Amino acid sequence: MLAQFLQFLFSGITVGATYALAALGFTLIYNASNVINFAQGEFIMLGGMLAVFFAQSGLPLPAAMLLAILVPAGVGVLIEKLAIEPVKGAETVSLIIITIGASLVIRGLAAVGFGKGTFSLPAFSGETPIDVLGATLMPQSLWVLGVTAAAVGALWYFFNYSLAGKAMLATACNRMAAQLVGIDTNGVLFLSFALSAGMGALGGILIAPLTLTAYDVGVMLGLKGFVAAVLGGLGNGLGAVVGGLLVGLIEALGAGYISSAYKDAIPFVLILLILFFMPRGLFGARLTERV
Amino acid sequence: MEITLSRSAAPMAPSAPLPFSSDHPAATGAAPLLRVEGLTSAYGRIQALKGISLELRRGETVALVGANGAGKTTFLRALSGVQPISSGRILFDGEDISTLRADKRMRRGICQSPEGRQVFGPLSIEDNLRLGAYTQPRQQVAGDLERVYGLFPVLAEKRRMPAGTLSGGQQQMLAIGRALMGRPRLLLLDEPSMGLAPLLVEEVFAVVKALKAEGMSIVLAEQNAFAALALADRGYVLETGTVALEGSGTELIGNEQVRSAYLGM
Ligand SMILES: Nc1ncnc2c1ncn2[C@@H]1O[C@H](COP(=O)(O)OP(=O)(O)OP(=O)(O)O)[C@@H](O)[C@H]1O
Ligand SMILES: [Mg+2]
Repeated sequence: MLAQFLQFLFSGITVGATYALAALGFTLIYNASNVINFAQGEFIMLGGMLAVFFAQSGLPLPAAMLLAILVPAGVGVLIEKLAIEPVKGAETVSLIIITIGASLVIRGLAAVGFGKGTFSLPAFSGETPIDVLGATLMPQSLWVLGVTAAAVGALWYFFNYSLAGKAMLATACNRMAAQLVGIDTNGVLFLSFALSAGMGALGGILIAPLTLTAYDVGVMLGLKGFVAAVLGGLGNGLGAVVGGLLVGLIEALGAGYISSAYKDAIPFVLILLILFFMPRGLFGARLTERV
Repeated sequence: MEITLSRSAAPMAPSAPLPFSSDHPAATGAAPLLRVEGLTSAYGRIQALKGISLELRRGETVALVGANGAGKTTFLRALSGVQPISSGRILFDGEDISTLRADKRMRRGICQSPEGRQVFGPLSIEDNLRLGAYTQPRQQVAGDLERVYGLFPVLAEKRRMPAGTLSGGQQQMLAIGRALMGRPRLLLLDEPSMGLAPLLVEEVFAVVKALKAEGMSIVLAEQNAFAALALADRGYVLETGTVALEGSGTELIGNEQVRSAYLGM
């Protein structure tokens, strides 16, 4: 009983960490530009696929990973430059459609470039499971949780203690006033796209050894990250992390105790419930502070 | 009101800390600090500025008065580069800045305390002020913070609180303080007295007066025309996007048209 529960718990928070990183990506871009970037899932896919690609072409794993973060970050900036910036001030719905278009392009290019097969990335430190009270924990899960925690911590430090982070918050809260104090708000926009793409890619790399990866994994991962962001109250960083872990947990427990057939349906039932009963999400109350 | 920012009479040693104004007196030349020629700007089809020309010499305080919707805010935003212009030129210190991005203009020394305060609500008061010095060298920030806190002691008491929790008057002080943190060479103040209790209005005007005495170059947009003109060296009366009148502050206060239209006399 306990072992089974622990098993679900482990797999829930592991995949939840990826959703959390994706949700943070949604949050970063939403705050800086009010754009809901539905290409976020493709950054996750790119992270995993590029890590596999670079690793297979002979690069040591750390270098492959670094490149698999930097390239998607560059892609994020390109999307901002080519697709979002030219239509600045467009309606939210148009912007969403543009990001969906961008995601189709990325997915299509990935299908052509990498093929439609599934790929796996070797685990970072072996495949010997660790026994915890009868449940098994893969060492890769510890990597996922540890690195995610470090990334979240770094982000938290950036926004709370660095002037650049504060400038990003200021831009999110009042773009004109940010320009008046000399902040290059376009630069902030670039940075937000680069950061959130890098964040998504990191999640994709971390989870790839556990779940396999393919050109189309971004769709589900991205949507679940979006559910997590909404659950946490869109625009709230802490909410994104908590939302991500919760979505992962609910999904794993639901799949385990009800039926794994519903695994992918659960987050979407969840988002309907959120939108009906608490449209501002768990931490959304804070939004009222924003001017 | 105690103010310790007055410019010392003796020539300043190069190492002496300058007051907020970062414009060196030595730079004073014949050319005006700001020269605006035929500025026009529109919101869609609404022509908000229909060709405004204006000049400001170093150390001068110019009042911009006019009724609701005359174009004062649009003009100041156009100066700062956050409102697009359709024609005309803005020369700042001899340089045509009409096409410069807003952040670049701020780096040139044009700092604005915008209408409606526009403080960064969720960020702390101190963070708001630090962001005002976003473009400034780090080593001067601590000293400038203390100067702003000296001007507005209530901000010092609440420095760790979110700016959104301040009262309207305190937010106004914060907005002015934030602009000062950028060491303005030209300070743009948009309706600093709007919505304030009479006592606070006086306090804010006293600060503007002190900054002026310190040698700061200021454009002061105000619906409170009398107070603004009384304080300013010169004034411009805007009417639906054009300059209706210009003259010295005292001239305009004495002008019959101005008295009946804007001063309610
Ligand atoms: N965002 C906007 N969209 C459309 N029209 C605008 C906008 N802002 C101002 N206007 C119009 O531009 C003209 C000038 O407005 P502006 O705010 O510059 O005047 P103002 O002199 O600052 O007025 P106030 O004393 O009320 O602050 C007005 O006719 C106003 O209706
Ligand atoms: Mg105005």
